[in-house]
Amino acid sequence: METKSIMIVGVGGQGSLLASRLIGNVLLSGGYDVKVSEVHGMSQRGGSVVTYVKYGDKVFSPVIEKGEADIIISFELLEAARWVSYLKKGGSLITSTQRIDPMPVITGTDGYPDDIANKITELGIEVTAVDALELAREAGGVKASNVVLMGVAASKMDFEDELWQDAIKQCVPPKFLELNQKAFELGMNV
Amino acid sequence: MKKLMLGNEAFARGLYEAGVTVASSYPGTPSTEITEHLAEYDEVYSEWAPNEKVALEVAIGASIAGSRSFSAMKHVGLNVAADPLYTVSYTGVNGGLVIAVADDPGMHSSQNEQDSRHHAIASKVMMIEPSDSSECKEFVKTAYELSEKFDTPVIVRMSTRIAHSQSSVEINERVLPEQKEYTKNVQKYVMMPSMARGRHVFVEERTQKLIEYAEASPLNTVIDNGGDTGIITSGAAYQYAREAMGENSSYLKLGIVNPLPVELLKDFCSKYKTVYVAEELDDIIETHCKKIGMNVTGKEIFGFTGELSQAIIAEKLLGKKNDSVEFTESVPVRPPVMCAGCPHRGVFYSLSKNKITVSGDIGCYTLGASAPLSAMDTTICMGASVSALHGFNKARGEKAEKSTVAVIGDSTFMHSGITGLVNIAYNATNSTVIILDNSITGMTGHQQNPTTGKNIKGDPAAAVNLEELCKAVGIKRVKVVDPYNLEETERVILEELDAPEPSVIISRRPCALLKYVEHKPSLTVSAEKCKSCKMCLKLGCPAISMKDGKAVIDSTQCVGCSICTDVCKFKAIS
Repeated sequence: METKSIMIVGVGGQGSLLASRLIGNVLLSGGYDVKVSEVHGMSQRGGSVVTYVKYGDKVFSPVIEKGEADIIISFELLEAARWVSYLKKGGSLITSTQRIDPMPVITGTDGYPDDIANKITELGIEVTAVDALELAREAGGVKASNVVLMGVAASKMDFEDELWQDAIKQCVPPKFLELNQKAFELGMNV
Repeated sequence: MKKLMLGNEAFARGLYEAGVTVASSYPGTPSTEITEHLAEYDEVYSEWAPNEKVALEVAIGASIAGSRSFSAMKHVGLNVAADPLYTVSYTGVNGGLVIAVADDPGMHSSQNEQDSRHHAIASKVMMIEPSDSSECKEFVKTAYELSEKFDTPVIVRMSTRIAHSQSSVEINERVLPEQKEYTKNVQKYVMMPSMARGRHVFVEERTQKLIEYAEASPLNTVIDNGGDTGIITSGAAYQYAREAMGENSSYLKLGIVNPLPVELLKDFCSKYKTVYVAEELDDIIETHCKKIGMNVTGKEIFGFTGELSQAIIAEKLLGKKNDSVEFTESVPVRPPVMCAGCPHRGVFYSLSKNKITVSGDIGCYTLGASAPLSAMDTTICMGASVSALHGFNKARGEKAEKSTVAVIGDSTFMHSGITGLVNIAYNATNSTVIILDNSITGMTGHQQNPTTGKNIKGDPAAAVNLEELCKAVGIKRVKVVDPYNLEETERVILEELDAPEPSVIISRRPCALLKYVEHKPSLTVSAEKCKSCKMCLKLGCPAISMKDGKAVIDSTQCVGCSICTDVCKFKAIS
């Protein structure tokens, strides 16, 4: 099979590492060759962060370039706008409706574009916009909004639920397992 | 069993399987997780050393003692460890010695984009370069065999995309080789001129043997797809080239990047009409190819800066570009920022408010340079804040001494700030040094250091007393402030700048991200009391923004540090 490419984008601290590990484990158990490329260090500190997940018979490059991604999962609206050019034609976007102002917006030197999800739809992209923060709150903690979005992604991908459940057990500390299972389920049912 | 592993995690597994028993490193992105994962194996002694020079010397000692030993660092860390590196090349090893050095093309988390292969060439040390997690593990094991066979340290060169990408790895058992006998051998281990001359001859002979080995080593592989085009490449660049060109090209993948083979390259070049060299950063392979008379194309199309990618290679070699859509409006940048509740913020706010010139250093607090705090004038390398402040003050005199400070973190101070402080005391400037003591090595993801009272495993350890240390080197004025107390922090900074002798201010409060730090409830802004003066925005706190003309605090980010309540003149935040 041809290599598939998924990008997880967001703001440093939103939990993109956990999300990418979750999906990486699902794909490995699914029998694919997998590469997951993460960002550590400086850019993690509240900056724009991106994780690449690629799978197929044999994956070479760990990174995804403009026009190559099949799916982008965005934890924040502005980041969806920033990275949308990485989608290939016919690609789809799953985004949280959460808004986190970057420093140039906070200090007033730049503005936050409005109506981002609709503007992306107008580009011919299939957009699924979800209030992941609210669903995570419902599951018991706002920090689980990353897992809510993984649930949404899972509903659009063709992997057995058992693989996802095993991956959650592997990646989440036991203390937070139940909360994350609920968050995942709420995402699945969006 | 197959497992998805980061390159760095697989590297650590390789060290474990190869029977390493002593490891000493200093954290540095993107190398840090190698040693963090290694510390999870109880059979291996691992430690965080105060700096890379100490770390490598520890590994050298363990190697001479007969054990397989290891040291990891980032590219700039190898500069710090260059002194022992260039001479351990001469002494060679007893137990195998492997050094990991992680380059950072694209500078995701670094102050420069240097190419570590230059150090391997200059020190005449063998260097190998894996291209995925599985190779990380296998190359490390081979590195120990080569180290012991050829009596050389071996550097394993990593880069960000290899270190921080996960791919599948087959797990094997640990094989612990018997510790080698230690016998006194001054000709080999005492590098004074008469002995070193003999060892230099050995080094040159060793290089010739390593070149012979490289000609037929399984680490250098040819993928022959026929055709007219060949690409010589290594590491991450190999993956980009394979993805971009597929079967439209043949490949010579160099696992050994120093020394480079001669006949293997000549043979490869002779088979194809056009041969490209795809390598990140400098033109090491390309220059070598040209030196041996091969006609190759490299940097003139790929350039020297940033990372390569499959898109760049496809565009340059095939003239192919992907279709893509663009968001129709400009998207504001999102640079990294100091976290909400970061203890450094209070210090930088005070420095910014008083327009103080700041000699900066390497760590989370380098983010103090960003707007709106904009409170940093220079950042060079680890420790330079302290020594450069002294030079700045010597050059500009008393006026500078009263308006310039150095800022340096606790871990960076232990790394290489102390010697600069000794110099300030010894050679007398009335300099003011602020140690930002957040009780952890922050930027690299919370590693212990000699000031934290814990070792790499989190067990209790001796803790350096910063106050006593500063006094011991000759600084009489040592003050401690709590950076959450803005009034005190500003007052002490101004007092110490004004003092007619050198001083150290220790700004002490643990990193807000540390698990043991208890967060207070989120603060809120009273919309009635808020006069929209935007004073609170000057703190550069990511939790505070304006909504409908009033300040608001994001409760998912705020940790209740409350310094914003001190800057609000209208008492609108509580």
